[in-house]
Amino acid sequence: MKAFTYERAGSPAEAAAIVGRTQGARFIAGGTNLLDLMKLQIETPTHLVDVNHLGLDRIEATPEGGLRIGALVRNTDLAADKRVRKDYALLSRALVAGASGQLRNKATTAGNLLQRTRCPYFYDTNQPCNKRKPGSGCAAIGGINRSMAVIGASDACIATHPSDMAIAMRALDAVVETVRADGATRAIPIAEFHTLPGDTPNVENTLAAGELITAVTLPKPIGGTHIYHKVRDRASYAFALVSVGAILQKDGSGRVAFGGVAHKPWRVEAAEAALAQGAKAATALAFAGAKPTEQNKFKLVLAERTLAAAIAEARA
Amino acid sequence: MKFTTPAGTNPIDQGKIVGKPTPRIDGPLKTSGGARYAYEHNEAVKNPAYGYVVGSAIAKGRISAIDLRDAKAAPGVLAIITADNAGKLTKGSFNTAMLLGGPEIEHYHQAVAVVVAETFEQARAAAALVRVDYAREKGAYDLAASVDSAVKAGGNNAKVGDFDGAFAAAPVQFDQRYTTPDHAHAMMEPHASIAAWDGDKLQIWTANQMIAWGRGDVAKTLGIPKENVRLISPFIGGGFGGKLFVRADAILAALGAKAAGRPVKVALPRPLMFNNTTHRPATIQRIRIGAGRDGKISAIAHEEWCGDLPGGGGENSVAQTRLLYAGANRLIGQKLAVLNLPEANAMRAPGEAPGMMALEIAMDELAEKLGIDPIELRVINDTQVDPEKPERPFSQRRLIECMRTGADKFGWAKRNPKPGQVRDGRWLVGIGMAAAFRNNINMKSAARVRLDGSGIVTVETDMTDIGTGTYTIVAQTAAEMMGVPLDKVKVKLGDSSFPVSAGSGGQWGANSATAGVYAACVKLREAVAQKLGFNSDDAVFAGGKVRAGKRSVPLADAAKAGEIVAEDVMEYGDLGRKFQQSTFGAHFVEVGVDIATAEIRIRRMLAVCAAGRILNPVSARSQVIGAMTMGAGAALMEELVVDKRFGFFVNHDLAGYEVPVHADIPHQEVIFLEETDPTTSPMKAKGVGELGICGVGAAVANAIHNATGVRVRDYPVTLDKLLEGMPEFA
Amino acid sequence: MHGPGEFELSRRGILVGGAASVAMTAAPPIAEAQEAASAGAGAPVLARVTLKVNGKPHTLELDTRTTLLDALREHLQFTGTKKGCDHGQCGACTVIVDGRRINSCLSLAVMHEGDSVTTIEGLGTAEKLHPMQAAFVKHDGYQCGYCTPGQICSAVAVLDEIRAGIPSHVTGDVAGKPAMSAEEIRERMSGNICRCGAYSNIVEAISEVAARRKA
Repeated sequence: MKAFTYERAGSPAEAAAIVGRTQGARFIAGGTNLLDLMKLQIETPTHLVDVNHLGLDRIEATPEGGLRIGALVRNTDLAADKRVRKDYALLSRALVAGASGQLRNKATTAGNLLQRTRCPYFYDTNQPCNKRKPGSGCAAIGGINRSMAVIGASDACIATHPSDMAIAMRALDAVVETVRADGATRAIPIAEFHTLPGDTPNVENTLAAGELITAVTLPKPIGGTHIYHKVRDRASYAFALVSVGAILQKDGSGRVAFGGVAHKPWRVEAAEAALAQGAKAATALAFAGAKPTEQNKFKLVLAERTLAAAIAEARA
Repeated sequence: MKFTTPAGTNPIDQGKIVGKPTPRIDGPLKTSGGARYAYEHNEAVKNPAYGYVVGSAIAKGRISAIDLRDAKAAPGVLAIITADNAGKLTKGSFNTAMLLGGPEIEHYHQAVAVVVAETFEQARAAAALVRVDYAREKGAYDLAASVDSAVKAGGNNAKVGDFDGAFAAAPVQFDQRYTTPDHAHAMMEPHASIAAWDGDKLQIWTANQMIAWGRGDVAKTLGIPKENVRLISPFIGGGFGGKLFVRADAILAALGAKAAGRPVKVALPRPLMFNNTTHRPATIQRIRIGAGRDGKISAIAHEEWCGDLPGGGGENSVAQTRLLYAGANRLIGQKLAVLNLPEANAMRAPGEAPGMMALEIAMDELAEKLGIDPIELRVINDTQVDPEKPERPFSQRRLIECMRTGADKFGWAKRNPKPGQVRDGRWLVGIGMAAAFRNNINMKSAARVRLDGSGIVTVETDMTDIGTGTYTIVAQTAAEMMGVPLDKVKVKLGDSSFPVSAGSGGQWGANSATAGVYAACVKLREAVAQKLGFNSDDAVFAGGKVRAGKRSVPLADAAKAGEIVAEDVMEYGDLGRKFQQSTFGAHFVEVGVDIATAEIRIRRMLAVCAAGRILNPVSARSQVIGAMTMGAGAALMEELVVDKRFGFFVNHDLAGYEVPVHADIPHQEVIFLEETDPTTSPMKAKGVGELGICGVGAAVANAIHNATGVRVRDYPVTLDKLLEGMPEFA
Repeated sequence: MHGPGEFELSRRGILVGGAASVAMTAAPPIAEAQEAASAGAGAPVLARVTLKVNGKPHTLELDTRTTLLDALREHLQFTGTKKGCDHGQCGACTVIVDGRRINSCLSLAVMHEGDSVTTIEGLGTAEKLHPMQAAFVKHDGYQCGYCTPGQICSAVAVLDEIRAGIPSHVTGDVAGKPAMSAEEIRERMSGNICRCGAYSNIVEAISEVAARRKA
């Protein structure tokens, strides 16, 4: 870990301004991913701006009947919030499927969205990785890639996004609110937040330099049965091989987003129209054009069967 | 004392303390954070510097240049050790590769430098500035592709009768291949050491299972007299074979401390451990069994292909097949290929652990093929003698009783032998079993026992407690022998200044080390009796007193004039050759397999064990459930995944190398059969710490087959290997 | 695209096999390492922080890089808190900060100014064990002991979390109240790895304390 200076910002706008103007500066919130990567010098900030004490830890009702979740709301608190448990159970379920109790007590809403991939080659600084070191190559292609993406990947990167929470946020049509270094604020629909790797896998979202997430808002509840199925070898404390976040309505319609399959939460709205016809039809559309490897082609079968289980559960 | 004839009645048979369920005497220290592990001797070592290890970025080749300028200039750096300035280092007797590589690189993450700095943070940062240029050479990393280059190796190549002929003539023939992957010990405490020099004397607080081996190899590696080395290892945060040998932390701490002129602490960073240290090697196993329609085996063959660095050894996964089942015609063989992966070595029950994973699936498959109940097939092929040497009986062999007891307890009779028939909600449910088998080994072991004027008995031995419960069983042994309550015994372990013990490995520790304590106590009893004017043969040691006839004297009186010290070593004659001493058991497992996702979850586990006298049922049970847990991991998730292009284990941290967590493990039951084995030692005990892992993986795999009808022969059994064979789900 | 074992040397590929010459640094890409060196390799930045550990305030002058875990172990001699992986993957470093359990390895000490930290030493002593510590001894809920302080700190917090109604992955109805069950305990304790495999006993120890406190 490289040496760094540290300060506590006084306000979100001030934090954004500092990070925007200071080369090598980064925000730190829960720190559960950033510090992990700093120890390996995958992340090498020279200045850390602590955003933990800026009052961004509240969950409030919005005038539209939704919820505004402060960026610093801890995963545990978000999962335990009464309104979330009642009206956005998918979010609560996705959160508690992730990490461990200790990590959820620290990890924040914004930080969870910004988690970096768990690709083992990304984590091993001896190995080439276009995400960690653009232009160095991708060791996962042709290497060990059972856990990697089956769709939306590129010749430069086949990593997945590791978040469970983000799958729920994507299915719930969340909106990410930010403040930029110049003080301007904006709202980014979650669908436009995470990016595919393309030629620049080092870029993982549409935030500008110094742009700070201040909140994530949820539109008003849409009812339905909320299901989050996370499939993994180990029963807990493991990243998803495949996960399915679904909100299914009585009439057979619904929404579904998949985790563990792509560089971002994978939701194909057009495929949701086929949900009433069953999992096979919906996953065929959602994964049209998938390019799995020999090691991870099982994920396509698994995604279909897991969605089928979710549909069966909703009907039961 | 030399143990040459089967034990008669002795004070241990009183069973007042030995054999009683006893909470660990080190429990309060461990649960309150007071137990000091290797890196934590802060009060003994003031002002230490910190070492951070740099691992090789290539698997095989040479260092062409190292540039230390930036690292040396980094703040707080005191010294940097590389092969260039370390002086002459000799490979330890128990190491396959050098602990400090360079210029030759033998495996990925082999240490190439240690950076010593004022603080841990500075050492870590400076280590990242060490710039190494490598010339990469071609290596062999793929076991399956190296099978043809493998040569006969190891101690398990045997032929009895005419296997080929008998197999060809057998009415039922079974021939299958199985694979087990590389496994990591993944003990919770990383390899760690603090080294301090006092002139030419070196003291290392370290995490090591085998103090005397370690002391010898530190001396050999550094080229200094053994007498100048002291190893201290009172608490060890898990070993499982991974801490049998001196590793880079100890050597680099010693070299760093010498160069920095002050004590140095080194812990291996977790992401470095998997490739830097040892692991259980992958195996390919072929099992052929010829049997009659009645299930009687006429021919059995078990062959292993394994790989290791040049000079290494194989896994011996065929070992149990020499002894477990009858059959007149036998073929056992092992072949070893050179692989340039990290060093393969012992991990909990080397040989039997992966060997039973294969053999006990084979028996399940054979039973299915024959239409015979899997337990009955094993009963039919039970043998009370060494099948290779029928004149040599087992000292004890109650495998059948283990299986029958377990079957009753687990409800085996309710199992549907037809796979894929039992459903519980979204779960397909299956039950499987496997035999458990692991040989008993006795090792020479010494101890020193002191009696002081207040009646306190202190035991000193370099024996280690790696979670096995040594502190407690040693105290129980001394208390039983000297006739004092447990709280009058103090136990000091893990210090090379104490008498040399068996150490912890190969499930030999408990019986061997307590037998050494027994021997020392016999001597102490003689000295006490003499001091108090008793004829030592008549003296009874009980209730803190020594008694003979009508005379009774407090034990403490013997040491009134001064401490009495006795030391002895237990050595063994040929009983282990006359009798085959083994431990037996039976594993029963119930699993659920998600009908949609094929996720596998264990629902129930039972082990029945026959392993001689159980010295402390509390810690022995823990050893067994722990081994069952590790075996469940091997069955369901554990695999060091090899990148065959670059030659390293890719998943080299605890997120990537998954071991079982709480949610994977249900309530576990263990039953010990009442047993004593007088041929093993005066303790009449045997090992039990590894028995629990032998067979359990196959029981899990067999249960999965019973649940789904899918037979997976390549461990770990993960859902992706089941999906294709699962029923339609839409 | 790429055959096994052979890569073309290109922007995206890597040269593998043969006697190729490769240059690598131990951790960072070369460019970064050189940049760091030219920036003086980052002289340590010191910061003053006051932590209240087990009820007593301690003021330290620490390198900003110091984790809460290393502050406890290396600077304050609270070695009961263990370093198992240093990456949030094992739970051995679990401590309770302001009433919540966290991985102390993934938290900077300077971020805990004024915080109350409870370590294993703060729960009880060998002479006067906390009920959870005593239950671990009674049920043999440990073997080597290295994960044990983290397991115990976690266990104490887990019971509070269940009582507070925080849902878990195995809670049937997330909107309802979680049960004080073995299944809930197992799921919630899953961030504490025990390689010795004492899980079955640990769950019994925690269940006993849970039942006692319910009564």
